[in-house]
Amino acid sequence: MTDVRVAGVGLTRFGSHPDRTGRDLFATAALRAFEDAGVPREDVEELNYGNFMGALAEHQGHQAPLMAEAAGVSCPSTRYEEACASAGVAVREAVRTVRAGDADVALAGGMERMTNLPTDEVTEGLAIAADDLFEVRAGVTFPGAYALMATAYFDAYGGEREDLAHVAAKNHANAVPNEYAQYRKEVSVEEALDAPPVAEPLHLYDACPITDGASALVIVSEEYAAEHDVDAPVAVTGTGQGTDRMSLADRQHLARTPAADDAADAAYADAGVGPGDVDVAEVHDCFTIAEVLALESLGFFDPGEGISAARDGVTTADGDLPVNLSGGLKAKGHPVGATGGSQIAELTRLLRGDHPNSERVADAEVGVAHNAGGTVASAVVHVLEVAK
Amino acid sequence: MSAPASNGAYDEWLDALGDGEGYALVCPEGHGSLPPRRVCPECGSATLSEERLAGTGTVETYSVVHVAGPQFADDTPYVTAVADFGPVRITGVLRGVEPGSDAVAVGDRVAVGVEERATDGAPLVAFRPAGGE
Repeated sequence: MTDVRVAGVGLTRFGSHPDRTGRDLFATAALRAFEDAGVPREDVEELNYGNFMGALAEHQGHQAPLMAEAAGVSCPSTRYEEACASAGVAVREAVRTVRAGDADVALAGGMERMTNLPTDEVTEGLAIAADDLFEVRAGVTFPGAYALMATAYFDAYGGEREDLAHVAAKNHANAVPNEYAQYRKEVSVEEALDAPPVAEPLHLYDACPITDGASALVIVSEEYAAEHDVDAPVAVTGTGQGTDRMSLADRQHLARTPAADDAADAAYADAGVGPGDVDVAEVHDCFTIAEVLALESLGFFDPGEGISAARDGVTTADGDLPVNLSGGLKAKGHPVGATGGSQIAELTRLLRGDHPNSERVADAEVGVAHNAGGTVASAVVHVLEVAK
Repeated sequence: MSAPASNGAYDEWLDALGDGEGYALVCPEGHGSLPPRRVCPECGSATLSEERLAGTGTVETYSVVHVAGPQFADDTPYVTAVADFGPVRITGVLRGVEPGSDAVAVGDRVAVGVEERATDGAPLVAFRPAGGE
């Protein structure tokens, strides 16, 4: 089995791109990834592309060949759909393909266009990541589902809205220097607490924004990098995925995410590291409570103990374990089908030392990316390490 | 205009719930699930029998939804809840309360039935407060 390197990363700015089609967004991310990698596009042997709601947002199915054209690659191309984990599973497939020796170079990432739809239609579009019969028809929205998990968490373990407001404030502060972030402005704990409710107990600043954007990664084998003199100092050393029952109501515990536990266990075992080895993490904070659940699934905290991590300064930029130095989904933005690739792009930059927040984790050697679909019925975890 | 698409065993279950005859599918191991099912999602058993649900359940979690999709546009604000009915939990909208964060508490008892969505009259799994026990 060959080792896998991230040769290059490319992102669009996350935010509102009213005049840009999905194909243009992905083309931009891919172009930047190739420039960053210094790898010729004709060497790409696989395209693994994530997208969730393109059929609704742009009336466009069968997106993979379109995105291969847009990126200027000529190779087998496949779209992956796993709700908000679509790009995470696409990257995982690229890693597995390169490891298996089926390709030396793969392009992986994703794209989502969302702001061209009215808010109520985006709300509806996101809701279909839940069970249509037993959840959507019963009034469950995407924020509403995480609100159900937040209420259950508070009831089981304690915690309060102010703990969650500290997560929002932390991630907004982290986004300020990030040129790709949608909201580069600080939000205070008080502002987060005073914002209007979306689905109580979650309010406006507990929720990620609606975002357009794309991500692309050039994934190569270690041998390819050596032969072609490609500078690729970050390795993907672990990948894991988990699945849970679709409906929240069918889960064993309403305030835990065992699909992410399974994904993390598999990724750590794959990499031969444990949670104590991790120096920096990008986690799926589509809502503030989701970051808390992610920290617990990744083994950084026991169940019920992650709620105060931001408030206590453990996960802040100057804490022992900085989490979401990119700004996270919360402030960087969440173009759902691009997010999993974006997390790995940000982590790669953080570990390489060319991220505006790299100085916060100057000695970091191990990073973890956690990407979740729906209410974590799907989860993907990757371990990245500075190659020795 | 064509008739709305059928969802088979789900529609039958919803009709039964509306008639006060809601049920869960239960396998010999005692795992509960909701239809349509060919096998138990927990253990894969294909031996599933219908078990009548109690008329009331216990609220396990809830949320007050202020922003919804077009199908619930005229229903907001509303309370969604997940309630435990023994072999299964059910998700629905809690009515008969003022939609606010103190409208309900985890542990409250609720009755389950089928009502209409305010927005378009579509059938909706609905809870009503059932009083203390």
